[in-house]
This record gives sequence, structure tokens and C-alpha cells, in this order.
Amino acid sequence: MKFLFKTDYEDDIKLFPHAGYMWTYGTLLVLLAVAPFVLSSYLISQLVFVAIYAIVGVALLILTGFTGQASLGHAAFLAIGAYTAAYLQKYGVPFPVYFLTAGLLTGLIGAMVGFPALRLQGIYLVIATISFAFIVEEILARWESVTHGNEGLRVKTIEMLGTTIPRDSPTFYYLCVGVLLLIILGAINLMRSPTGRAFVAIRDSETAAKSMGINVSLYKVKSFAISAAITGLAGCLYAHKLSFISPEMFTLALSIEFIMVILIGGAFSLHGAVLGAIFVVMIDPFLTFLKDDIPGAVANFSMLLGAGAAKAAEIEKSVAAVASANGLKGAIYGFIIMAFILFEPLGLYGRWLKIKLFFQLFPLYKRATFKRQKIYMKSERNR
Amino acid sequence: MSYFRAENLSLHFGGLKAVDSVSFAIEKGEILSIIGPNGAGKSSIFNLISRLYNPTTGKLYFEDRDITDDPPYDIAKLGIARTFQNIELFENASVLSNLLVGRHRHCTSSLWQEILFMPSVRRDEKMHRHKVEQVIEFLDLEPYRDRVISGLPYGVRKVVELARALCTEPKLILLDEPSSGLNVEETTDMSFWIRDMKSELGITVLMVEHDMSLVSRVSDRVIALNYGKVLAMGQPAEVQSHPDVVAAYLGT
Repeated sequence: MKFLFKTDYEDDIKLFPHAGYMWTYGTLLVLLAVAPFVLSSYLISQLVFVAIYAIVGVALLILTGFTGQASLGHAAFLAIGAYTAAYLQKYGVPFPVYFLTAGLLTGLIGAMVGFPALRLQGIYLVIATISFAFIVEEILARWESVTHGNEGLRVKTIEMLGTTIPRDSPTFYYLCVGVLLLIILGAINLMRSPTGRAFVAIRDSETAAKSMGINVSLYKVKSFAISAAITGLAGCLYAHKLSFISPEMFTLALSIEFIMVILIGGAFSLHGAVLGAIFVVMIDPFLTFLKDDIPGAVANFSMLLGAGAAKAAEIEKSVAAVASANGLKGAIYGFIIMAFILFEPLGLYGRWLKIKLFFQLFPLYKRATFKRQKIYMKSERNR
Repeated sequence: MSYFRAENLSLHFGGLKAVDSVSFAIEKGEILSIIGPNGAGKSSIFNLISRLYNPTTGKLYFEDRDITDDPPYDIAKLGIARTFQNIELFENASVLSNLLVGRHRHCTSSLWQEILFMPSVRRDEKMHRHKVEQVIEFLDLEPYRDRVISGLPYGVRKVVELARALCTEPKLILLDEPSSGLNVEETTDMSFWIRDMKSELGITVLMVEHDMSLVSRVSDRVIALNYGKVLAMGQPAEVQSHPDVVAAYLGT
């Protein structure tokens, strides 16, 4: 087990607590850099989606994980970013400009959503953000002069510095990963400075935050704005990746996927956003793979058990019918979310920390280390 | 004029008069205790001063400035810090970050500077960290710096909350039952710290307390309340032997 011996206040705010982290993250960076030369173009395309989902994950973590304001409206912020980018691109605005404008405009709208949200808490805030998402969806479908309504908008490839960056090129992959890394760095910086601490303070006790001189309303609005702005940037990349956007892509289901990102990844650390994004993006191809292969596997297995060929074919057919049933995917998603909430509320990153601690302490790991305690001390709160 | 004044302060919840035209003044550098049976309106007065409640009538003055209509976060900026009866710490954060939140009123960096973590932010962070370290040393919290609050025992949390209030570098500190839930030894420590806060840090103290031995050990003056009204005010011994106060505690 490694003990950090701190000799300077600098040690508390360093990006990497000790040299080991630099090696780990350095290796990861190298792996990300060589990925396009090693992996298939399909996997690189999936990695681009992982990066985009992780950006939204970071945004949601800042709002939900750190400030404690739940949101089911992030698909709408993503849509605003995507449509802003697509609209400005039509008028020949260069990529860096409309990329940043998408972020800024979405941030402004996020702040505007933040204001009415000041008076709402918990489940009511969730309902408010859902209704915001529906409003945006409706506007996108009706405001045809700008959004082309349900026909959707075609997004051209990025043109920058005289070259184009096609959506399946390694350059686009580097762009997305680069944006993700910068946003993670910004989020880490934010969380180790006064604003980040104010966010966490609001999450844990608004009353105490107020009495420490934190303007709770201002910081909630700030949190909404930052979160929305980051999602807007992701929206711009998302639009380019899909090359075609229409209102039905930004539905409640997408917002739920984003919530899944942080729930499954672990809603207490930025690592969670990335781990959760990998899980959520990869689960879809994985389920498709299962859907295609499971009926055959079950049929073979029943043959092994002694069923006749006709019987096996029948079994294969019925299993395939179940596997391709409508809504099965949604049900599986639901089960995954429930399983994580029940059995691993700290998400994948929490599980990783536990495994790490187990090996660090090896024979001495106590099972109760991460046990949640029930404490009855907050009986009298003036919210 | 007095350092802090409450004039005709009232707080009514419908027909219930939690605080009923209470007036008192605190002089700079004194320790004033408010005592009274449960439900006498002591904590309500604290919530009025820290502006979590709006007074029905009455005015509050701090350093001759009317603070009756200031929002709660401005109260802390003026230099009034408080602790809570039922500990309100940031449970999922470490002791260190709890204390750093206490430094919030001294933070000047803008959002962009923070996102880029400019040298000025880094310098400020170190300065805040240094101030926090002084408070940690003052209250002997060294063993707990990096511990998360939810894993700490009650007695330590109580001290951490006091530390967080001290990190704001207050001029006036409001302590809501600083000794509740503490054992005899911890209460003795608390009484030393309260005296030291006054003599070493020059902080004026207003506290609500039930433990009479602590009250008489540390207070310069005592106010006794019952049913939202002031029963007696004066030296600790005087107030404790006042017939109305005895009647309020023991019944007539």
C-alpha cells in the first residue's frame, strides 16, 4: 500500500497525486493515440460515440453528481447544440466559430432553464427538465424555417484550415477525444477550485451552503449553464458524427441513456462519466450480437441434450422471436439500471476502487469498508 | 452604539409567537449566551440572524448597518458565521474540503480563471489552504484532515463544524448548542476553545446552550428566554437565580 507523504500545500491540488498516475494516464493517452492504426474503423466509430457520450456524462456529472440537481433534459441541450451547429454551418460560418457558438448558446439556454429550476427539488426538478425536453422537441419539429421540421437537417463534413474532416476519419476521432480530454481537464480544474466546492456544498446541505456565504441560486444557475454548454459542444460533434439530424433523435430515451452513463459509471467521480459512456455505447452492439447468436447457440445446445433437428429448429425460432421482440432492449436497459442502483450504487468506478483497495490491503480487506451507513441526524432541516 | 443589535425582533408562525419582540445587544468581544427551555425560541433567533427566516417585525443591526433585508449569503460575507444544532456538514466531502468551503467568502477568482486553473487561482488555493491549516491547528483536527465526514463520530463532527465557521474568519460567531452530544471531556475542550476564540482571535460569540456549567464558565452575559420572550438578562449567576428563570425551568 502506498502512503502519500505530503510536504507542501501544492500536494493537495496537484493533478496527479503521485508519479504512478502519470504512468497510467500516459499509457492510456498513447493507447488512444495509436488506436486508429490498430482498431477497425467500426470500433473507432464506436470510440467516437464513447467520447461524445463521455462529454455529456461530464456535463451531467457536474449538474447531477456534484451539484445534486437531477436532469432528464440533456437530450434537449444536445439537440440545441446540434441544430445551432447545423444552422450556422449552412451560412458558411467556420467550424471553430460555430462549435463554440453551439456551446455558448446552449449554455445561455441552460441558464434560462436554471432560473425556474431554482424553486424545484428532487422529483419535481426531474419533471420540469422532462417538460423542457418535450418543449424543445416540439419546437424543433415545428420551427421549419430553421430546423426543416421532421424532415431533418443534413450536416456537411467539417471544413477547417483548407481540409475536410470526414466523420469516419481518424482526424475526427482525434478531434472528439481531444475535446473530451480538454473538457475533463476543465472539469477537474473547476472541481478543485471554489466554484466546484460550492457545487458540492449545495448538493450536501443548502442551508449550510447559504450560511457559508454561497449564493445558492447563482451557483445553481452557473451549474446549469456549464452543464448545458458542455452538452452543446457535444451536440455539435454529435451532429457531425451522424451527418443528419432530426427531432426524433433527441427524445426522452436519449436523456435516459445519458442518466445511465453516470448511474452506471458512478455519479461521484469524473472517471464514472468515461466508464459509463463505454458501457452504454458498447451495450447496444453487444445486445445485437447476442440477438443474432443466441438462438443458434440455444438450438445447438438443445441438440446436444438430445432434441431432434426439427425440435431444435422450432426452439431456435421461438428464441429468436423472443430476442427480437419489441421493447426488449428498453426492458434490458431498465433491468441494468435497477441492478446498478440496488447492488452497486457507486457504479463501475466504485467497483474498480473496491477491487483496487482489495489488492492494496490484500489479506486485510474488510467487507464493511464501503458499507453505507444510515445516520439519523438530519431531522431538522430548513430547506 | 452596540456591535450587534436586535430591536423588537418577532417571528410569528400563524398564531404561534416563536419570538416575541425580543431586543438585545452584543458588545464587541463579549460572549453572550442565550438559555431557556426547549421551544423557547433560541434557535429561531439564530435563524433570524442568519436570515434563514424573515422576521415578522423588528430590525437587526450589525456594525451599525441594517441587515434585516440582506440575503443569507451576504450575512456570511459581513463576517457572521454560525454552527447548527443538528450538524449541517457536507457529508460526502472530506474535512479539508468542508473547511475550504468556509473560505468561500474570501474567494475572488472568476469562473474562467478557475476552469483554466490560472496561477492566481493556484496561489489563492494555497493561501486558503494555509488559513484552513491554522484553524485545524487551533482545534486539534490534524488526524482528520482527509477523512470523509460521513465516517466521523459525532463529537468530531461538532468540532469540524466549529472549524468551518472559524474558516470564514468571522467577526461574530453564532454557536447553536456547541456542547450538545459531547461528553464531559469534549465539553471542557469546547469551553477552552470558546474562551480562546474570544481572547486569541478576537471573535464576538453569541451562543445558545443548555449546559449551565459551560454557560457559567464561558459567558460574560446571559439572556434567558421563555415562550419567545426575554425573562432576564445579566451576569450568569444573576440570571440563573432569577425567580422567573427558576420558575421556567422547574415549574411554579
